[in-house]
Amino acid sequence: MGGFHSVPQDHRYRDFADKTGFSLEQIGNLHNRFKQLSHNEDTLRKDDLNKIPDLACNPIRAQIIEAFFDKRNFQSHGGGTVEEIGFEEFLTVMSYFRPPSLNMTEEQREELRRVKLRFLFNMHDTDNDGTITLEEYRHVVEELLSRSGALCRETAKGIADAAMLEVASISMGHMEPDEFYEGITFEHFLTILKGIEIESRMHIRFLNVDTTVLCK
Amino acid sequence: MACRHLTHLACGWNGEVGRRLVTVTLLAVFLVGTVLPLGAASSPEITVGLNGDHTPHQPNNDHDDHASHNTTKKAFPVLSFDFERIGMPFEISLWVLLASLMKLGFHLTPRLSGIVPESCLLIVVGLLVGGLIKVVGQKPPVLESNLFFLCLLPPIILDAGYFLPIRPFTENMGTILIFAVVGTLWNAFFVGGALYGICQLEGVHLKNYDLLSCLLFGSIISAVDPVAVLAVFEEIHINELLHILVFGESLLNDAVTVVLYHLFEEFAGVGTVTMVDVLLGIVCFLVVSLGGILVGAIYGILAAFTSRFTSHTRVIEPLFVFLYSYMAYLSAEVFHLSGIMALIACGVVMRPYVEANISHKSHTTIKYFLKMWSSVSETLIFIFLGVSTVAGDHNWNWTFVTSTVLLSLVARVLGVVGLTFVINKFRIVKLTTKDQFIIAYGGLRGAIAFSLGYLLDKVHFPMRDMFLTAIITVIFFTVFVQGMTIRPLVDLLAVKKKQETKRSINEEIHTQFLDHLLTGIEDICGHYGHHHWKDKMNRFNKKYVKKCLIAGERSKEPQLIAFYHKMEMKHAIELVESGGNVKLPSALPSTVSMQNIQPKKLQERALPQIPKGREEEIRKILRTNLQKTRQRLQSYNRHTLVVDPYEDGWNEVLLKRKKVIELEKKINQMSNYLTVPAGPPESPTLARARLSSDPQAWSMKPDSDGVPAIKVDLASPQSPPDSVNITDEFGKRSGPPAGGGEEGGLVMKRPHPPPSLSVTAATKEEKGGRRQQQQPEEDEEGRDPQRLMRCLSDPGPSAEEEEDEPFLP
Repeated sequence: MGGFHSVPQDHRYRDFADKTGFSLEQIGNLHNRFKQLSHNEDTLRKDDLNKIPDLACNPIRAQIIEAFFDKRNFQSHGGGTVEEIGFEEFLTVMSYFRPPSLNMTEEQREELRRVKLRFLFNMHDTDNDGTITLEEYRHVVEELLSRSGALCRETAKGIADAAMLEVASISMGHMEPDEFYEGITFEHFLTILKGIEIESRMHIRFLNVDTTVLCK
Repeated sequence: MACRHLTHLACGWNGEVGRRLVTVTLLAVFLVGTVLPLGAASSPEITVGLNGDHTPHQPNNDHDDHASHNTTKKAFPVLSFDFERIGMPFEISLWVLLASLMKLGFHLTPRLSGIVPESCLLIVVGLLVGGLIKVVGQKPPVLESNLFFLCLLPPIILDAGYFLPIRPFTENMGTILIFAVVGTLWNAFFVGGALYGICQLEGVHLKNYDLLSCLLFGSIISAVDPVAVLAVFEEIHINELLHILVFGESLLNDAVTVVLYHLFEEFAGVGTVTMVDVLLGIVCFLVVSLGGILVGAIYGILAAFTSRFTSHTRVIEPLFVFLYSYMAYLSAEVFHLSGIMALIACGVVMRPYVEANISHKSHTTIKYFLKMWSSVSETLIFIFLGVSTVAGDHNWNWTFVTSTVLLSLVARVLGVVGLTFVINKFRIVKLTTKDQFIIAYGGLRGAIAFSLGYLLDKVHFPMRDMFLTAIITVIFFTVFVQGMTIRPLVDLLAVKKKQETKRSINEEIHTQFLDHLLTGIEDICGHYGHHHWKDKMNRFNKKYVKKCLIAGERSKEPQLIAFYHKMEMKHAIELVESGGNVKLPSALPSTVSMQNIQPKKLQERALPQIPKGREEEIRKILRTNLQKTRQRLQSYNRHTLVVDPYEDGWNEVLLKRKKVIELEKKINQMSNYLTVPAGPPESPTLARARLSSDPQAWSMKPDSDGVPAIKVDLASPQSPPDSVNITDEFGKRSGPPAGGGEEGGLVMKRPHPPPSLSVTAATKEEKGGRRQQQQPEEDEEGRDPQRLMRCLSDPGPSAEEEEDEPFLP
């Protein structure tokens, strides 16, 4: 498969493995997939991801694809999006979905939780101002319901409003009528999702064997 | 101080004595009940009565004939005694009553029930009752296998299956299956084999026991019992993962137990097992388990399909759930398939569809009936276990019994540790040592083992009594020793407990979001994993299955919306229950309200909008439940509990509810600025008409963004007329909902002046309002009846809908 000579590639893989925690086999698999998606180019564009047939009926497809091109997820500072990403970025985004390891201390677990939640938070906070505003939240819910027919637009708004109200009442407690709750900050985001064990639930199984031939 | 202490003592003493008295009285009644019929049956009065029953042609003459034949004429029996006739049901009710009273008693003594699990106490009660019956000279009843398997077990299993937490169950399916199948097999063969070895030792005097009966015994004793596990685990509130692992295992190992039991029972007579038999056994296992699931699923689908058509006979809805499940159980048992698997499958399959179809009240009924039946069954099972212990013939063999107890413990620990070692290689969330310990320690044995042992034929198995003794000992050991120590051990090891939180809407949103996200990432990653297939299943379910099994619009409702509606309904009910209170739903304890999150405009929706059908349902609930002060059921109706919808009482609640909404709105308005969107480039009257009749349609219009908005300060002099008018508005709105609603929607319009008019004078606004009323609105009305209905029934909140408009994207 193409462009890399075996020695530098091995070296690169080791670098990635240190950075992201994937095993060499997993990186190999993901690289094959990357090349399959990008048609053997070095970089991946949004269009390439848009063309994945399985993704077509995912209601939050736009957000998922956006997350791959969001600078905040590459551990570099500053917001904004990029037009194309290399394999390293692809791998970095994928590494958010690694399962927790068995022997983790409580602090590591908490850190992992924060990292994963930060990823989710960034998906919702589209304008990178540190809060999920009501509009952004509405957008999320609308997208979630977008595959369920047209009847849901009003309901989506209602749900987002109710959810926002819930966040506000949980995190603020008491508010004067003229006060304004600007939106969900990251700290509030952590509080409201206390009930979901995100560190163990937000993962997918990265296989050690190559299965790309099976998929479209 | 001393005085108070004394009274306290007296109270406690009284409670104790009271309970004891009740028990003793019950026992006395029971004993009288069992003893009396023997004597009573021979009394002449009864014979007369029976004669009368048997010759119904001339009932009047019969007595005369009888009397004339008798030389000594007896007086007509004013009070006759016929216990025989009611004996059976009387005894049954007495037992159930005893069980329920016991349960009641234990929950009145919190200190005792805090230390000892209920199951232990119930067994002790059973022992005492059995002992008393024996002392009196009667033979205590034994837990009959048929009674157990056909009456007592199904409610517990159905309860477990219907309320099975699907998500953790499917997520841990592999682990559960391995524990249930491989673990149980290992237990059975290890215990059976080792026992055979011990029996062959010198000096044990058990040499006549062959390997097959030992294996049979092993298979009986090896299965973890769902009843015992439920009874103990419900009380210790352990975390979801451990609970579902142990409980799931106890449910699914039924197929293994059934097959092993029949296999060994069959071969114990023959004496030899060939390779073919083993193969047949494996095939049999597949047939028994998969067949059970299939039978259950078929009945589940039938139940779901039936519930599609019950909208006119709501009262019998719950019955369908129970009957179909019971039929599934019985049908599976006919073929010796796993009845437990069938029940579980039936409950799991039917639940989502049935719940969407049936009414809220029926759902509550199902919940309560299942809980009631299962808890009574459970109580009876434990009491009968105690009674049977006293009743049975025992053959105590120290070697056999102690080695059984030790071996089953060792086998369990070895099995769990060994299997976890393998499983952990595949699991993402690994099982820690603590988890393994709890899983091993939670492997309680129970009444199923006892009943299976009791079923053994004494002719083929002369050692049945010894088996039963050993089984009972193991059950007692696990229930008493392990059941009582597991709670302190859980505390000691600091095993994670279950978090008792209600699911919030945010969690629901993010759970769904996460599901789709993970599916998407899997698709990008390019391999079809867990999430991918789950997504496929969900889509298939939504596309085809739901359409067939769920009636009406709800079949298309996504899960998130369903959840939201459920929450809304709860809020709405709470709102009305809170009566005249100005407070919004008590579910929100804080003072934060809608305006805090949307300060630039008026608060959005004080009350949730609810679809027509749902609103109707809420009304029905409210109507029947909350009207007691004014209206009772007007006439008895056998087929429905719902009262006439237009009775006075309902109007009162409607009025009350509106008052609440109104007041809430007023309060908010007083302290808020109001932004009104600028008018569209149409004629002002038309715009006003649209404004008043269909706010939602108005909010869809995108063209007002560029036009400046007009601000109205409601705290300024316009507000006094507002507050003055409140009562009038109530008067108007308390009319019949169908007629008065439209008007209500218009009245709500008052604070929003038409954009082209001046907003300073209140009188002009009044005129505007009147003109709106005159304006015909045919085009709007016909367009969206549901939406209109919403405005009609809930004028307050929806009238503000148009305020959202400037913020739409």
